[in-house]
Amino acid sequence: MITSFLIKSLDRTIVVAVAILLALAVIVPALNLLTAPEHLLHVPTYLVSLFGKYLTYALLALALDLVWGFCGILSLGHAAFFALGGYAMGMYLMRQIGARGSYGNPLLPDFMVFLDWKELPWFWYGFDMFWFAALMVVLVPGLLAFVFGWFAFRSRVNGVYLSIITQAMTYALLLAFFRNDMGFGGNNGLTDFKDILGFNVQADGTRAALFAASALALAGSLVVTSGIVRSKFGKVLVALRDAESRTRFLGYRVEHMKLFAFTVSAMMAGVAGALYVPQVGIINPGEFAPANSIEVVIWTAVGGRGTLIGPIVGAILVNGGKSIFTAAFPEFWLFALGGLFVLVTLFLPKGVVGTAQNYLATRRASHAAARKESESEKSASLAAAETMAAE
Amino acid sequence: MTGKKPRNLLYLDGVSVSFDGFKALNSLSFVVEPGELRAIIGPNGAGKTTMMDIITGKTRPDAGEVFFKGDIDLTKKDEAAIAALGIGRKFQKPTVFENHTVWDNLELALNRSRGVFATLFYRLTGEDKSRIEEILSTVRLTVRRDDLAANLSHGQKQWLEIGMLLAQEPELLLVDEPVAGMTDAETAETAILLKEIAKTRSVVVVEHDMGFIRDLGVKVTCLAEGSVLAEGSIDFVSNDPKVIENYLGR
Repeated sequence: MITSFLIKSLDRTIVVAVAILLALAVIVPALNLLTAPEHLLHVPTYLVSLFGKYLTYALLALALDLVWGFCGILSLGHAAFFALGGYAMGMYLMRQIGARGSYGNPLLPDFMVFLDWKELPWFWYGFDMFWFAALMVVLVPGLLAFVFGWFAFRSRVNGVYLSIITQAMTYALLLAFFRNDMGFGGNNGLTDFKDILGFNVQADGTRAALFAASALALAGSLVVTSGIVRSKFGKVLVALRDAESRTRFLGYRVEHMKLFAFTVSAMMAGVAGALYVPQVGIINPGEFAPANSIEVVIWTAVGGRGTLIGPIVGAILVNGGKSIFTAAFPEFWLFALGGLFVLVTLFLPKGVVGTAQNYLATRRASHAAARKESESEKSASLAAAETMAAE
Repeated sequence: MTGKKPRNLLYLDGVSVSFDGFKALNSLSFVVEPGELRAIIGPNGAGKTTMMDIITGKTRPDAGEVFFKGDIDLTKKDEAAIAALGIGRKFQKPTVFENHTVWDNLELALNRSRGVFATLFYRLTGEDKSRIEEILSTVRLTVRRDDLAANLSHGQKQWLEIGMLLAQEPELLLVDEPVAGMTDAETAETAILLKEIAKTRSVVVVEHDMGFIRDLGVKVTCLAEGSVLAEGSIDFVSNDPKVIENYLGR
């Protein structure tokens, strides 16, 4: 059952994309670790972490594509799930610091000592164990998405109203996490990480491993997402995106379908956030900013929504552009981003990948038509020759 | 009402609903027997579409009873539950899934388990495949099976939608203006198709085209201002002075 589900997910584009990601997971760490710094092909560690960060963004955009591209749910709060996954990982990394913090308290992270807290809050229990933190990375965003979606989809909140409440959700979380007494480090968030699974987070080897883990997570999520959208369930998603009430009259429980897609998507966003945090070394409430969620929508739109590969390409292109652009003209980046969104909406409504796929499909179709025509011409002339011979 | 359960397939009694003070249905009562093909006529605003909305769970009545198969109270169920009970609906405007192929439209409509995990791990069995092929030939769309529904003509979309209803295998089929915008030839074929379908299930057809209703040759209910004006054969109804005044004469 599971294998047939996974086999169905693999069409040519997905196979190529997964192969590229797996190759990157091997080659980039190898070029970083096995070549000397002065070597021509050496990849410096800061680039490894930078590209690792892009891959986590790509995973976030892929998660958004599942709900926006295939289900029609324009979530403007997906960065919240990303940040929650990031906080779960950040809490694990904080607990790993142990007595090495500035205050040397073996149990309490520095910010708690600073706030004069005497004991660890209950919701920090268990985060010293990696398996527990890893579970929370998917469970917390998943649970929030499930509860949020349960109410929103059952009440049939749709379209722009749903988008607005997802913005409100991430904004509410932003405000909550800013408060010191929430117990998540307030304004400063969680930082000064030391170890992950016993390895120094700053070490080249750890950074390379985190890059490889991000590439593998993205490849795995791509296969799962592709399996979902290619199954009959995926067809129902597209059906309810295009004609929701018709789908209801066919007997499908639209709210359950949406809820499942939304929850899976939030879990993927959580994994992305968890891989992001050790690579950038910090998680703070700024990640909940409504603008972050809107940026994810732009990456997805630029790459091409509803294409799976598009959001990955879009996230890497836009963020690569951002890294270059903000170094050259830092004050113009937001204008460039806004302009890009307008241009893509006007001229490439299907995004870069969607437009390219359409172009290839029409070219293939016209080739096939031309071939058919020349074949029928050939057979016609053959038939004509036969009749002539008969005469 | 107590103790005496109605045994009809569909039973509406005293159903009223109003929107912002406008009475769309005013104490509407009528019954459909198993295996019956029934035509419903009436002027615009008579409540024909509202009646379908009530039966399929899209609208809740303010008052009255709606029962299916004797004792299933439809006013307590939502669209998906009612569809699962075996009530199919065809809309006035053809609504097929335009981004899916003809085949996928029928596969989605096929009467199979509709849960999240059942659809996630669904595999097309030989049985389902031959059933879809059978429906494709019934609605004459076999050659277009791999085309997107968006590329079908208007008449073909209507037929695809009828095919989807067949795939749903409903016990009761509600059909809203099936021949609107069809050519005369398509209209005649649709009448044949509906009569064929009605052999195995009950069908309620709402239609304005009197010629088409005459082709069907079935019991007719005329609605006006949210309640039943007259009921009987087409000749009986069309000679009723109230019907002529309210509908035909205008």
